[in-house]
Amino acid sequence: MKEQTTRAMWWRSPSFILDNRQQQPNDTARGDALSIPLSSPLPPSTTMADPNPNPNPNPLTDKISAYYQTRAAHHGVVSSDWLAQAQAAVGHLPEADDDASNNDQGAPSGKPFSVIDEFNNWRKQPDLAEAVAAIRALAAVIRNSQATTMMELEIELKKASDSLKSWDTTSISLTAGCDLFMRYVTRTSALEYEDFNSAKTRLIERAEKFGEISYKARKIIAMLSQDFIFDGCTILVHGFSRVVLEVLKTAAQSKKLFRVFCTEGRPDRTGLRLSNELAKLDVPVKLLIDSAVAYSMDEVDMVFVGADGVVESGGIINMMGTYQIALVAHSMNKPVYVAAESYKFARLYPLDQKDMGPALRPIEFGVPIPSKVEVETSARDYTPPQYLTLLFTDLGVLTPSVVSDELIQLYL
Amino acid sequence: MDARRGSLPVPRVRQVGFFTPNAQPAPTRSQSGPPDSSSPPLSDSPASNSLSPVMIPPPRHHSDNLAAAPRPTSPLPVPEPSPFRRRGADNNNALLVGSYNPAETLLAMSPSSSHVGDGESEETMSGGWFRRSNSGKLASSLPSGTFDFSPVQSTAEALKPNKVQNPVGISEVSARPAPKEQQPEAPSSSKQPKPKLTKAERRALQESQRAAKAAAKAPGGGKSVAAPEEVATIKSVKQHQTQKKDAPQVAVSVAASERKGGDKSQEKERRKDAPAPRMQFDDKSRVEKAKRRSVVDQTEAKKRVELFRHLPQYEHGTQLADLESKFLQLDPMHPAIYKVGLQYLAGDISGGNARCIAMLQAFQQVVKDYSTPPEKTLPRDLTAKISSYVSFFTQCRPLSMSMGNAIRFLKNRIAKLSPSLSESESKSSICTDIDRFINEKIVLADRVIVQHASSKVKDGDVLLVYGSSCVVEMVLLHSHELGKQFRVIVVDSRPKLEGKALLRRLVAKGVHCTYTHINAVSYVMHEVTKVFLGASSVLSNGTVYSRVGTACVAMVAHAFRVPVIICCEAYKFHERVQLDSICSNELGDPDAIGKVPGRMDVNYLNDVSNSGNLQLLNLMYDATPADYVSMIVTDYGMIPPTSVPVIVREYRRDHLLI
Repeated sequence: MKEQTTRAMWWRSPSFILDNRQQQPNDTARGDALSIPLSSPLPPSTTMADPNPNPNPNPLTDKISAYYQTRAAHHGVVSSDWLAQAQAAVGHLPEADDDASNNDQGAPSGKPFSVIDEFNNWRKQPDLAEAVAAIRALAAVIRNSQATTMMELEIELKKASDSLKSWDTTSISLTAGCDLFMRYVTRTSALEYEDFNSAKTRLIERAEKFGEISYKARKIIAMLSQDFIFDGCTILVHGFSRVVLEVLKTAAQSKKLFRVFCTEGRPDRTGLRLSNELAKLDVPVKLLIDSAVAYSMDEVDMVFVGADGVVESGGIINMMGTYQIALVAHSMNKPVYVAAESYKFARLYPLDQKDMGPALRPIEFGVPIPSKVEVETSARDYTPPQYLTLLFTDLGVLTPSVVSDELIQLYL
Repeated sequence: MDARRGSLPVPRVRQVGFFTPNAQPAPTRSQSGPPDSSSPPLSDSPASNSLSPVMIPPPRHHSDNLAAAPRPTSPLPVPEPSPFRRRGADNNNALLVGSYNPAETLLAMSPSSSHVGDGESEETMSGGWFRRSNSGKLASSLPSGTFDFSPVQSTAEALKPNKVQNPVGISEVSARPAPKEQQPEAPSSSKQPKPKLTKAERRALQESQRAAKAAAKAPGGGKSVAAPEEVATIKSVKQHQTQKKDAPQVAVSVAASERKGGDKSQEKERRKDAPAPRMQFDDKSRVEKAKRRSVVDQTEAKKRVELFRHLPQYEHGTQLADLESKFLQLDPMHPAIYKVGLQYLAGDISGGNARCIAMLQAFQQVVKDYSTPPEKTLPRDLTAKISSYVSFFTQCRPLSMSMGNAIRFLKNRIAKLSPSLSESESKSSICTDIDRFINEKIVLADRVIVQHASSKVKDGDVLLVYGSSCVVEMVLLHSHELGKQFRVIVVDSRPKLEGKALLRRLVAKGVHCTYTHINAVSYVMHEVTKVFLGASSVLSNGTVYSRVGTACVAMVAHAFRVPVIICCEAYKFHERVQLDSICSNELGDPDAIGKVPGRMDVNYLNDVSNSGNLQLLNLMYDATPADYVSMIVTDYGMIPPTSVPVIVREYRRDHLLI
């Protein structure tokens, strides 16, 4: 059975194990989570959902951003405590199973189809971004819907997208992708004049088109950015972004000569992974520790970063450290380029760093930290638009101010 | 980096806001070779002239001209800079003295001119040759031709040559036609069709003409007459110089049409799509005309502040009694209009939204009581009526930009009325339109803004507000009702002290408040976490036009890295661009800043207030540049100031149509 295999695969992923570790102290929260009508058979989704739809009884608990867990699962980062946690998690498998069965009973309408299933199916493809998986899953919702009126279908779709969004509220691209999908697909005036079936096919058409666009976004961005990478340039990258990797890969394949500085990307060392990938492509790579950015900035010709989310001001929310790199680059007059797919455009407007929903991530220091010492575990920061030069998106190469233009056109 | 990637194609980048339509940089003026005598000069001028002065005109193609011109004699005129500059200096002197030799300069500067003339005697001939062929193009390079030749001109001329010659990049071509244009040969150009003028150009033109006329009338006459005119000329000089920088072609058109005085029909056409020009109060004849029409009897201030002569400056406190006495005459004015006008005048209604709503409701009353006079149609007559009411309001107090938008909406609705509707139907349709405007654009918009803005208020915040904006007050009260724990610092300023009323209302609701004057803003700013400000209008370059002092608060906040949030309804957005708070502003009662009510001991100005060298300036508004604004909260959501033109572009249409 498909579900069965899904679960089996999922158990092996580190994020699942991380979840399990979390489940232990957080039993009350999980109880809440169970009451949510999520149809997912997967324990991670239940726990991940808990911080948001319900008031978290203890907001100070060390919760971990689901977004980063997913990324960790995709990127297969194996850390030392991963193994330990994996070991510890083995004992809790039956319990997780119970959760799953409970959840199945609480599925929204008792239908065999569920968005979360579909979403997780898509999500397992390593190259598929979370938002694209969500978009595909939502398209499947339309296809499998038994609604007979437009209104019904829209409500169903809304429900599905809400449950997807609550699956992981820390992921900006997931929320933004769902919202954009809803806007793009349902906002067509032609729907009002057609009978239901043709309207539905039109919706499916649009949904598939949107999925296609989102899927191809990375390739488009890679193509667009080639004009900006010139022979002999030095590119500084931060974190591991699949789009940036695609950009660099395309540049390397088109025989451009450039070298890349990779930051280490603490705490999950995503930079190491990127440097690995680049070394495979025979691109000269130099690895920097995160604090060596200013030191080596004078050699750098441009900074390339990805983004977790692009916000309405035109700024980006990205892995911790992006802001300081952008500041250094700005003060040395180096261009900062952001590669981000348009489904990451979110209707958010952070005014400063603290004006965002927190996404936390554990940090290992290698040595025990005294309990009195506080650790900043925030996983991402906000880079204001004035420090960004250009955004490469599948809509074209944009200045930061156009982001708001696009969002206004889409949402209003 | 740029040097290294020089050969790469420049990728296309999308931008919002102001940018040149073409990717090419500035017009390559140095390329303009000797123009072909056979080609009509206006081939490309109408298009380029219709460009707004803000935009950099697209480069013009002279390749055909170059091809037609004799090759050997006209290599591209790129001489070594040093001789050229020296010659330019010579030319300078010549211009000043008024005895320059055009042939000489022509000969010296461009090889192409060699075949035109070889002595002083060719002056007339070359003039004809040149003028006929290229008055459109050549004059474009130099604004000097835009002046008529009057004694007053000398000052302008004296100023100009330096400005013209110094930028070598403009190259000699720009300098060459100068002497030609100076020659009084106006008739030769009369045959050419007039290029289109923009509003600014027209005004410049009129001003210079007027200046010339006045100067001719009283050459060196009474100082009182001459002084303002001189100001006007100098201003027009300034205008031309800026135009030269931006759009040389525009200057041509002024030059060309000046000789003839402008084409009536084209001007009319243009007037349709151009927004109504603001009255310039340094324009004597117009002020006279307006005065004759006006209901309100206003005495002009005796001492007008020099820099702000273009704004109405009246003695305060005299009009109200006068108007009140006229109340029973009620000649052309509807009583509702009269009442609102009096309220504006007395200051009983203030605040952009309140004024706008009062005006719209008065109009609604007018429409209800309206009956079409015989042999007239409702749309035309009503529009005319409303226009006269608007001018009455303007005399009571200058309109805010939001009111201008509302009036535009109303007139648009009236104009779009279907002719098949009966009178009562169209009246009721207009009334419902007005109601909808008030409801959707102001009341509901405010509610949405409050929703958005209060989402940004967090526990523990210290919010700074300036003056008294009704939306900001609603935001504060709503956040307070939501149970958020925050503190408010109300910053106020003399002479209006509007903050006190706000403070009273906030304290009554139990909000924790601090009250201070704007002098202390840099002291309190360090504890502030967010600044909330209202706006009278937001212009399309993101400039926030608001109560005077707002810019100061915003700049201090910016310096302290405190986010500045502007709350403004989208109907107050305006497509105009304004860079300073001088060209459009409102002047309050100058006595208000000279005296402190209730403080008899502060009387330092009592005896000097009549002295001639004291001018009191009480500005009402100022312009905050977009750089100091972090976010604008409107009914369309939270947007960066760069997105104001997007809203204006996307919603202006349905804003007018609803």
